[in-house]
Amino acid sequence: MDTKIAEYILAIVTRDLTKVAGGGCPVFLAEDEKEQEKMALLLARVLGGVVHDLENGVYFICKH
Amino acid sequence: MDKYGEVIFMGVLAGFLSRLLTLRSDYRHYPAFPHGYFTHLALGFIASCLGAVAVPAIAKPDYTAVTFLVLAAQQFREIRNMERETMTRLEETKLVRRGTDYIEGIARVFEARNYLAILTALITSGAAHLLGWQYAILTGIVSIYLSIRLMRGAYIGDIAEVEDADLHFEGSLLMVEDVVIMNVGLPDTRQKILEEGIGVLIKPKDDNARLTLHNPGQRMAIIHDVVSILGTKVDINETEVIPMARKHVDKGYLAFFVLPNEPDREILKQVIRNVPLIETAQGTALKSFYGRKAAD
Repeated sequence: MDTKIAEYILAIVTRDLTKVAGGGCPVFLAEDEKEQEKMALLLARVLGGVVHDLENGVYFICKH
Repeated sequence: MDKYGEVIFMGVLAGFLSRLLTLRSDYRHYPAFPHGYFTHLALGFIASCLGAVAVPAIAKPDYTAVTFLVLAAQQFREIRNMERETMTRLEETKLVRRGTDYIEGIARVFEARNYLAILTALITSGAAHLLGWQYAILTGIVSIYLSIRLMRGAYIGDIAEVEDADLHFEGSLLMVEDVVIMNVGLPDTRQKILEEGIGVLIKPKDDNARLTLHNPGQRMAIIHDVVSILGTKVDINETEVIPMARKHVDKGYLAFFVLPNEPDREILKQVIRNVPLIETAQGTALKSFYGRKAAD
């Protein structure tokens, strides 16, 4: 039995830094939507998480 | 002595046949051919030997010999543990898991089928002893038929209707009809889901069925069976399109989503109808007084 972290936000990719605050998780700033999608996809693949959309210009990668 | 030989032979034959016919290696990929298969046949043979010698032991009369039956029956309880352990180990490397409920269900069935083999052997050898071998053949066939028939179990198709459903997005939320499945962030993934995904609704026929579908273990079993037949595009570290079954909290039906390798809607519906109901997951509200009261 291996132990894993689940239901946990691994990274946040945002176009607007005013929408995120606090700590505990790396935040990545993207220039535009295209870069944001690309960054989110790459992060998700590397981290083994899933990209979710908060529908306000903030994407986060969550491990399920 | 020859007579007992015949009696035991008939019993063992019937018991072994019963085990052989109930051992099906099908799409659930378990047991794996040929070693797992052989293990179970060997155990089935031992089980039927046990059942078959009981009648001659009593007839001899050698009553104490029967007590060892009890001891031996204990051994068969180990089968459940063995199956459970193997399948639980295998779970760890699975992308889409069976779930503990399904494993428990399968393990139970393996155990029960050995007892069925014992019983079939016992009844057949009893018939051979009391009535003769002609009757034993008849009794053997009938009891094998009954053990297959009675132990068939129920399927999703018996308790629920499976219907086509529309797959769409509301913002970032993937919906099957009016049920939210999950939040999908990337537009490319959404596009892929809309193009290749399939959604169906599983509508329970009554309150018992609703409770059964409510059970997460039963849902995992549905997902596992669908994926093991139609495939899925989920991969290691690409878990965005994981198949899911979510219920409509007010109406009680399940919305099922999958992104299969073989996008065949009709087959998918048929597969879901043929998913076995897990014994421990089955709802029995309508059997209780208050359950019936609450239902109307």
